[in-house]
Amino acid sequence: MKFIAPISSLLIMVCSAAVVAQDDLTKMLEQNETKVINYTAATFKGTRIINGHSVETVKAKHMDFLIQHRFGPLNDIDNFFGLDIATLRLGFEFGLTDRLMMGIGRTNVQKAVDLFAKYRLFRQSSGAANMPVSVTLFGSLVTKTLKEGTTAVAFQDKLTYCTQVLIARKFSEKFSLQVTPTLLYRNRPEAKGDDRVLFAVGVGGRYKLTKRLSVNADYYWAARDNNAVLSDRFNSPVSYNNALALGVDIETGGHVFQMHFTNALGMNEKQFVGETVGSWGRGDVRYGFNISRTFSFDKRAKSMIK
Amino acid sequence: MKTLSLKTQVDFRLISGRFNDLIIRQKISNTFLLFLFCRMFAQAQNFYATSNGETTFFSETPVEDITAVNKMGQAILNIVTNDIVVQMNMKQFDFPNKLMQEHFNENYIESDKYPKSVFKGKINEKIDFTKNGTYDVSATGDFSLHGVTKARTLKGKLEIKDKAFTFTTDLEVALSDHKIDVPQLVFVKVAQIIKVKNRYTLTPYIAKK
Repeated sequence: MKFIAPISSLLIMVCSAAVVAQDDLTKMLEQNETKVINYTAATFKGTRIINGHSVETVKAKHMDFLIQHRFGPLNDIDNFFGLDIATLRLGFEFGLTDRLMMGIGRTNVQKAVDLFAKYRLFRQSSGAANMPVSVTLFGSLVTKTLKEGTTAVAFQDKLTYCTQVLIARKFSEKFSLQVTPTLLYRNRPEAKGDDRVLFAVGVGGRYKLTKRLSVNADYYWAARDNNAVLSDRFNSPVSYNNALALGVDIETGGHVFQMHFTNALGMNEKQFVGETVGSWGRGDVRYGFNISRTFSFDKRAKSMIK
Repeated sequence: MKTLSLKTQVDFRLISGRFNDLIIRQKISNTFLLFLFCRMFAQAQNFYATSNGETTFFSETPVEDITAVNKMGQAILNIVTNDIVVQMNMKQFDFPNKLMQEHFNENYIESDKYPKSVFKGKINEKIDFTKNGTYDVSATGDFSLHGVTKARTLKGKLEIKDKAFTFTTDLEVALSDHKIDVPQLVFVKVAQIIKVKNRYTLTPYIAKK
């Protein structure tokens, strides 16, 4: 014991007397660096994977203006492969906080208006806090404003509610995957014989080919057991299919441009999860696109540029 | 009890002669340790650092002005050797437009691959850091950004005020120097040369535990 103290103190002295180079300075800095939570950014490029929502939300003080188009079926040659027929949804979507967003949209399919809120419950992160997945909660209310013949329909009968739990993980810089349990509650289903409650599970993902281009897919499987007995208001038989969409995302500065093919016509959950009639097998596939433009209302932008 | 303590004292007197040698050695090593502590303390005062330096950058084009600020820049200076290191996490740049921030991290700077920008260099001038005043300073060293390292000489001002050293420097960073690609579609919106302003106030370094 009696030799350890002087020897070790000598040793430390020799070390500390050595030139402290820039690398040691870096180490000293790193020692004082505050550990931060490293949140995974851009699991998806936009707030939609294709038809369905993604875990992403619009950030605080930002607004997304979203234009969605679905054309007619590709097998409709008389209408120039469907391009003569255009259906549209316009949406204004606001970030209230970095985690909470609200949006309103209107589509000419059934003249439906949808109102939704989305909340980021968990964000995938590493560093000071570890979270393997991002979880976002989604709730929406859709009302159909199209008048049907002469029969008056009470307002509450035109309402459909949708709840989703969006669970996603960005596995790598390129690959992200999302699973989306979905519950639809229709006060008055469009088809006769259809259940008010519809459970569905969505699976969506993206793979980045380049920094600004990715391939996306989006599929909603719905738990229907009475598809065979459904009929529309005129008593002709109806059968619904699961919605599948395949497409690409192109990012150009402030825009995200999504182009795709899908068998779904509707652009809200009520319609594409619950009422997709088109079938990939028969070629009832439509070309469509989503364009979003993000606007920032953050006042700092002006004061920072001088 | 009294007899016992007396006996211990006597015993100690008897054996103390044999251990005199050891006690002297112990004293020597204690002085060593004391000296060491003094040295370490003195050396700590050679270092000045900050963890909240401010770096702001500006991209100005006729179409769009883009700016972002990082308020968590780190710097450390050894006033004896004039060595200086400045570094910052690219993810800590705060943009008023969050979509731009996302694109900056994902596509331009690639923060996951290259998380930090670092300048390692030496201050060229001999400066008396004990005297208050404002001095013109320059530092020469390696500046790395986006995985590309360039030798640079940065010029700026140093204001010394009671053991607080405030460095301010303006520099220009050409995107092509650091292999930062801007796609053709957004070419007009992002300047090819980015103006960077830094303001770092260094105070005596205290190591966090």
